[in-house]
Amino acid sequence: MISRRDFLQVGMAASAMLGASGFGNWARLAAQQTLTQDQLLEFETFGNVSLIHVTDIHAQMKPIYFREPEINLGVGENKGQVPHITGAEFKARYGIVDGSPSAYALTYNDFSALAKEYGKVGGLDRVATVVNAIRAARPDALLLDGGDTWHGSYTCYHTEGQDMVNVMNGLKPDAMTFHWEFTLGQERVREIVDGLPFAALGQNIFDAMWDEPAEHFEPYKFFERGGVKIAVIGQAFPYMPIANPGWMFPDYSFGIRDENMQAMVDEVRAQGAELVVCLSHNGFDVDKKMASRVTGLDVILSGHTHDALPEPVVVGDTIIVASGSNGKFVSRVDLDVRNGQMMGFRHKLIPIFSDVIAPDAEMTALIDEQRAPYAEEMAEVIGTTDTELYRRGNFNGSWDDLICDALISEREADIAMSPGVRWGPSLVPGDNITREDIWNVTSMTYPNAYRTEMTGEFIHTILEDVADNLFNPDPYYQQGGDMVRIGGMGYRIDITKPQGSRITEMTLLKTGEAIDPAKTYTVAGWASVNEGTEGPPIWDVVESHIRKQGNVTLDPNTSVEVIQG
Amino acid sequence: MKLNRRDALAMGLGATAVAMLPMRAFAAAEDAIAAFTGGAEAGEGDITLDAPEIAENGNTVPISVTAPGAAAISVFAAGNPTPNVVTFNFGPAAGSQYASTRIRLAGTQDVIAVAKMEDGSYIQTAKTVKVTIGGCGG
Repeated sequence: MISRRDFLQVGMAASAMLGASGFGNWARLAAQQTLTQDQLLEFETFGNVSLIHVTDIHAQMKPIYFREPEINLGVGENKGQVPHITGAEFKARYGIVDGSPSAYALTYNDFSALAKEYGKVGGLDRVATVVNAIRAARPDALLLDGGDTWHGSYTCYHTEGQDMVNVMNGLKPDAMTFHWEFTLGQERVREIVDGLPFAALGQNIFDAMWDEPAEHFEPYKFFERGGVKIAVIGQAFPYMPIANPGWMFPDYSFGIRDENMQAMVDEVRAQGAELVVCLSHNGFDVDKKMASRVTGLDVILSGHTHDALPEPVVVGDTIIVASGSNGKFVSRVDLDVRNGQMMGFRHKLIPIFSDVIAPDAEMTALIDEQRAPYAEEMAEVIGTTDTELYRRGNFNGSWDDLICDALISEREADIAMSPGVRWGPSLVPGDNITREDIWNVTSMTYPNAYRTEMTGEFIHTILEDVADNLFNPDPYYQQGGDMVRIGGMGYRIDITKPQGSRITEMTLLKTGEAIDPAKTYTVAGWASVNEGTEGPPIWDVVESHIRKQGNVTLDPNTSVEVIQG
Repeated sequence: MKLNRRDALAMGLGATAVAMLPMRAFAAAEDAIAAFTGGAEAGEGDITLDAPEIAENGNTVPISVTAPGAAAISVFAAGNPTPNVVTFNFGPAAGSQYASTRIRLAGTQDVIAVAKMEDGSYIQTAKTVKVTIGGCGG
């Protein structure tokens, strides 16, 4: 008799084979200019349940470019483990051919050249086409949104998330969990949640005063699909009041709360759940650890760290699915659930090539309706770029180099700091930089560009603290962002060291002198979590800088030396 | 503008993280635990300390402790100037040996719970609670 574990491995093998053949075919087909929507969507319906996962869309309704990271280091047990491999290593691991559509979608190499060949990705009207196609094959498929949906664009900021609420309602999700949504402020979040036609989930969203589950959010919801009783448990971003301004949502407390997650799994199993799905905004390494500590989770749909993986990662009896960001991917997971057990799965990470997948006309109209009142001001061309502008990567990205340059020059600072967020689409050389493009990488509800004085010692403390949020060997102590980006200063980081001794050789670039712990430096930055931060919004600072530049050309950033051990 | 350290800490990227605890703090906690146990060694056992991995606010960190069969549970904050936090005593009529409260933590440190069992033995558990302001969400 074959055990449950064997079944999972069979499922995994089948999934891997399907993926591998798909990649190979795509490479040949693309070379012949014949990559089609049908090939991208090809999927032999399996079992009796289908899950559709989207996450971390960051309000990107229209097709964009999105370059995946070059540097994405794992520490402790996760060193060298998925998703902490990139580029050539990633391609070798998954059998991806250089220059193929999958190489373009999943790695950073030759990004601008491949972008010209394969075009933009994403667009929620294309996502609608994919969702509709899956629903045509499996009418009762569950669509689950991992959050970071109502944040990240010009229109989302100006409508306080209403544009994304309207468009997502058009996709008809079944449930959602949360992160950046809370930066709209708790009153606005409650107002939207009150009107949502689907479940707002988070077993770890607690009332801060009473330390008990918060009123507006259910821990889980039951669905009956394909004759299977399914429980979907929500897991919001655990560190919201730390990584984002807690004063915007003082009524709420979060945390990982894996004991409560176990209690919820036990509760839904006792109520007859045959399949337990966790819709998570933990980040991938946190989800891996949670899967090893909580028993009874069949599937974790993982969000927050923006990883796109062509195969699920299996931890014990749990499969973990990571579906990328910015509308670039949709995951389809088909499951065979019998007698209260997940017997096998078939999975596909579907890249949304916007020139290949036809837009859904109804959704295009809905999107354009949201954008119309702002279309003119968004489209204004502020400058052009000769340099690939991207953000993802542990230490720096050219978008942040440009933002730091803007802070130093517009705010007359020695040193600039830009937060290590993972959202924000890319531009390729030759592109115009529009006002919308600038907002896509800066939009937030706490945008003020401060200017202050800090001692060298204090700058060191900041870098050490943020580095520990990223490189603490225990994933439960990580917050899932990238390293704070620094302009005007270089440093060396040894990621294997403990907090307090990772950062050395801090150097002021304009003089080449070592940073003096006792000396005071003028620092400009943005995205402070402090209430009452003063300064112009960052998008105005960046726009003014780009206007003066006209055409943006950046030198490669070599100011951070990384020791990986 | 010139910021003092307190303001700068809240600048979004700042941190109160204590990189290395002074030896004095460890010694103070060891002394405090020894005073509770009367010098007896505390082993492992059925004792649970629930605390957040990263505190949302170091000034008020929710914790709970439980140890079935305990006569008393004492909580220590190893990195606080005064490590003794609280001792819960459970009488014979106690329905369960569980208690929760909120504590103040001076910085990143270990929180230690020690239970005195009905047979006079001691068991303990600990959890590192990180106190940090800042970081950036994905």
